[in-house]
Amino acid sequence: MDDLYQVSDLRLSLADMTAKPLFGTAPRLEILKGLSFTIPKGEVVGIVGGSGSGKSTLGRAMVRLLEPSGGSIRFAGTDITHLDETALRPLRRRFQMIFQDPMSSLNPRHTVNRLIGAPLALHGFDGIAARVDRALDHVGLPRSFKARFPHELSGGQRQRVGIARAIAMEPEFILADEIVSGLDVSSQAQVLNLLEQLVRDLGLTLAFISHDLSVIRRLCARTIVLHHGEIVENRPTADLFAAPAAAYTRDLLEAIPLPDPGQVWD
Amino acid sequence: MAVEGIDGRGRVRRRAGMRLWLSGLWLALVALVALLAPWIAPKDPLMQDLFLGRMPPFWTPGAEPGFWLGTDSLGRDVLSRIIHGARVAMTVALVAGTITALIGATLGLMAGFLRGWVDLVISRMIDIWMAFPPVLFSILLIAVLGPGLTSIIIAIVVIDWTRFARVVRAEAMAQGAMDYVASARVAGRGRIGTMLVEIGPNVLPTIAVLLTLEMGIAVIVEAILSFVNLSISTDDPTWGGMIAEGRASVHQAWWVLVFPLVTLFLTVLAFSQLGEGLKDRFDPVLR
Repeated sequence: MDDLYQVSDLRLSLADMTAKPLFGTAPRLEILKGLSFTIPKGEVVGIVGGSGSGKSTLGRAMVRLLEPSGGSIRFAGTDITHLDETALRPLRRRFQMIFQDPMSSLNPRHTVNRLIGAPLALHGFDGIAARVDRALDHVGLPRSFKARFPHELSGGQRQRVGIARAIAMEPEFILADEIVSGLDVSSQAQVLNLLEQLVRDLGLTLAFISHDLSVIRRLCARTIVLHHGEIVENRPTADLFAAPAAAYTRDLLEAIPLPDPGQVWD
Repeated sequence: MAVEGIDGRGRVRRRAGMRLWLSGLWLALVALVALLAPWIAPKDPLMQDLFLGRMPPFWTPGAEPGFWLGTDSLGRDVLSRIIHGARVAMTVALVAGTITALIGATLGLMAGFLRGWVDLVISRMIDIWMAFPPVLFSILLIAVLGPGLTSIIIAIVVIDWTRFARVVRAEAMAQGAMDYVASARVAGRGRIGTMLVEIGPNVLPTIAVLLTLEMGIAVIVEAILSFVNLSISTDDPTWGGMIAEGRASVHQAWWVLVFPLVTLFLTVLAFSQLGEGLKDRFDPVLR
């Protein structure tokens, strides 16, 4: 039982309201078309794909913000595919998520202290104040930030609060959905460094969703490439960069701007 | 600690605007006067003296000392009547406004966040409710309930809850689509908890703004009902009742009409400006 996540033949379709006839039901739009993969404990997996490839949908299905319409997701041996919210609640602590836009994913009316502490209280942690302090230390924010509201933080600081909120729960798995795409390059580098360090220190299993292969290359041991809701590649990142097998992967690689236009990946 | 030194976002504060001060000051004055009416009113508001009828205000020739804003055609002191009228106006504004906000906002929040059949039922109710013409509806309600302060409050609540429900529903829907709601779910918070703890504080500014507007509206509605003699008994002075009486003698004694009218106008204006001021103040992003 070394695999934390076992996803097999995962399918997800949503009602296509734009094509809904006046009477009758809307047609289903297939977003994920039978994905199978596993994530071993302690691995950092990158999930890449262009817009509309289904990478965010896959992520949201994995933390069960969406319910799959077919296939199964097993988390640490438990089938969570169709669990209802009540049954999921005790499991929720164990898989956390960091969101793309920290401005909208942090409640603007809650202080940093509450943002990090309230989920802990929901799961019956003790010594919450000390845990909040420790989480802030981990992400490199001063403890005095506890009294601040999200709008009183910079973009990078906000994303650190998002990370602190996730790691304070001591989860086994964290899903990071495009967490650096809204940040400027220097904040990106800082947040990526932090994430790398946390993975090392806390032994996290991480799925890192991005459309940017250069970010994936730096962080992830293995990469899953999604295209139109299907997996086109699932290989160690180094192999992928050395010899991209699928045509779509080559397109993605070529889209990375290089310092020297004549240069190629090696 | 260096991080704190280089950015001062934590210390940015915005001054309360002029209109927040002015409107707050005026409303505090009216509320205080209403509270202390029996002690500060210079005369008994019901005392009639036909020899002192239609005395002009103090700065005009022929004014009677002690009657600062003049007297009406029955010789009653206009200032004292305005002061006592503030009691009814303030009671209606506070009680009717608050109850309307509570009921309307709760239903709107449930409809906008829980969606599904809850939304269906509440939205249909709003649609049906809004099909009634409000003035006729209120007159009908008063006719059924009988005139009186309680009836006015009930009429305002029954008619105006849709104002809150509609706006709060739309706001709750917009807030419900934000990622912090998904984030609360990932953190393991239940639906009702999310509605109260996460969405609630974010629709509060909207509710506060609407509440102050509603208080202004409540004052107007009370005045309208008094004006058509459907408010409380004529023994109690009300601004609307004074305006109705003043209208009859506006050519002989303009002050009987103008002073309660100006008071009413300023009070309603103050309520709406307070709402605008609070909106600026409350919104953390605009700050």
